[in-house]
Amino acid sequence: MSFKLKALLKSPWVFHLSTGSCNNCDIEILDCLTPRFDIERFGMLLVGSIKHADVLLVTGSVNRNCIPRIKDVYEQMPRPCLVVAIGECSLSRGMFIHSYNCPLPLDKVIPVDVYIPGCPPRPEAIIAGIVKLIGKVKKSITKK
Amino acid sequence: MAKKTIVPIGPYHPLQEEPEFFTLTVEGEKIVDIDVRVGWNHRGIEKLSESKSFDQSTFLVERICGICSTSHPFAYTRAVEDIISIEVPERAKYIRTIIAEGERIHSHLLWLGLAGHFLGYNTVYMWAWKLREEILDVMEILSGNRNNYAMFKPGGVRRDINPDDIPGVVKKIDSIIPTLVMLKKAVIDDPVLHARTKGVGVLTKEDSISYCALGPTSRASGVARDIRKDCPYGVYDKLEWDMIVTQNGDVFDKLLVRVLETFESIKIVKQCLKDLPKGEIDAKIKNIPPGEGIGHIEAPRGECFHYVLSDGTNRPARHKVRAPTFMNLPTYKATVIGETISDATIILAAIDPCYCCTERVAVRTLKGKKIYDGQDLVKLSQEKTQKIKDKMGIK
Repeated sequence: MSFKLKALLKSPWVFHLSTGSCNNCDIEILDCLTPRFDIERFGMLLVGSIKHADVLLVTGSVNRNCIPRIKDVYEQMPRPCLVVAIGECSLSRGMFIHSYNCPLPLDKVIPVDVYIPGCPPRPEAIIAGIVKLIGKVKKSITKK
Repeated sequence: MAKKTIVPIGPYHPLQEEPEFFTLTVEGEKIVDIDVRVGWNHRGIEKLSESKSFDQSTFLVERICGICSTSHPFAYTRAVEDIISIEVPERAKYIRTIIAEGERIHSHLLWLGLAGHFLGYNTVYMWAWKLREEILDVMEILSGNRNNYAMFKPGGVRRDINPDDIPGVVKKIDSIIPTLVMLKKAVIDDPVLHARTKGVGVLTKEDSISYCALGPTSRASGVARDIRKDCPYGVYDKLEWDMIVTQNGDVFDKLLVRVLETFESIKIVKQCLKDLPKGEIDAKIKNIPPGEGIGHIEAPRGECFHYVLSDGTNRPARHKVRAPTFMNLPTYKATVIGETISDATIILAAIDPCYCCTERVAVRTLKGKKIYDGQDLVKLSQEKTQKIKDKMGIK
């Protein structure tokens, strides 16, 4: 397990899942990949299929239509895997907490490793969040 | 006759950031039918708006869509001002126009980058998004935020532009223009882009009118329709700018319209910053009387329309939103059919679709025959509440 995790940390490939967001967090994720921030130099790459991904980036207030699909996608991920919740909506549903279509926060649906708050979080915040995630995993390896 | 096959795409697919579900019916490579299903982004914004005060709703409608986060508050505040029938102070009008045009520049650049990405031409994607960062910096200086600007409120704007910032902003915009001109030339004269986009996904003028297409999608088909010219709001009638209209209606023309509009927007922002008058920025609204109001503005994707009904309390009694993509989506029927699968990606992206704007509620029975209206939904909800009450033994 720890060998696999070590390999994962060298170049975590990310898959992006929008669960009823307003596009803003999604665009900030794409922003991270473009020249100004360019997280690709750390080996992070946005992939098109969940089966190639190590990290799942979830944005948006989880709505009724999405819940079964989020579970599906999570189950299809190769293990070990990490989940990052991006933006206020996926943390606590933010402004949509009283909406009839957003019954649950994300961490009640799938386990979440890192929370990145903000509406939308700045690309710097997203990068800092991913760095913290890597630090967290490294710490857990050394403990074992 | 070739055998028909159905190609399902979505709801989570690598092409676009938002979830949506396309069903392409194909014969070999050729697309013969298309169906789009949305509903993975519905958050019940119209209903939520009824439980928030008029001031709070401004921030709610800002989160309908992250890319047009100015268009929705702009249309909404205009609807509320229409109920009271007050005039916004001159300085506030200028500031609103500056923010709205800044948004148009960043939205068009964003689309240009994504279009390049969909075509497998990542150089355009990287260049356009790099330029877009500069615009976001400008917006951050003016409003304090990169994306959700939070500048609007019924009756004016929430934040003034500091006069000391203006020279720096103008300098920054001027420094962008040479790179933008280079990008424009690189995109418009590129033989690869010509081969991929010219004559692809043509929306004729007649189709554009009969499908009620809006914004750049209709202007690319030769329909000269722009709310900023037809029904001026803000200070658009006092400024010098041109409406960009092209005639062919293919993907290349839609690209051309957006690229050229970026330059017009820069022209507008610079004029506004030059002529910015002094004075109040807020009309200080106290009470909102009963009545109804509409507000429509030209969003980067087309006409954005808000309807607000007030019953004299501090909350909207009904709030209706119609985003431009709602009208532009059906044009897929006219553009995609007859093309190949490889071209479908760029044609589907050419209207600059924004599904999270479009998600309004419509309930259908399984057979798809009955469509419920507002009254039916209220009745259904009351029946359900009664059922739950009976179950729990509450009278």
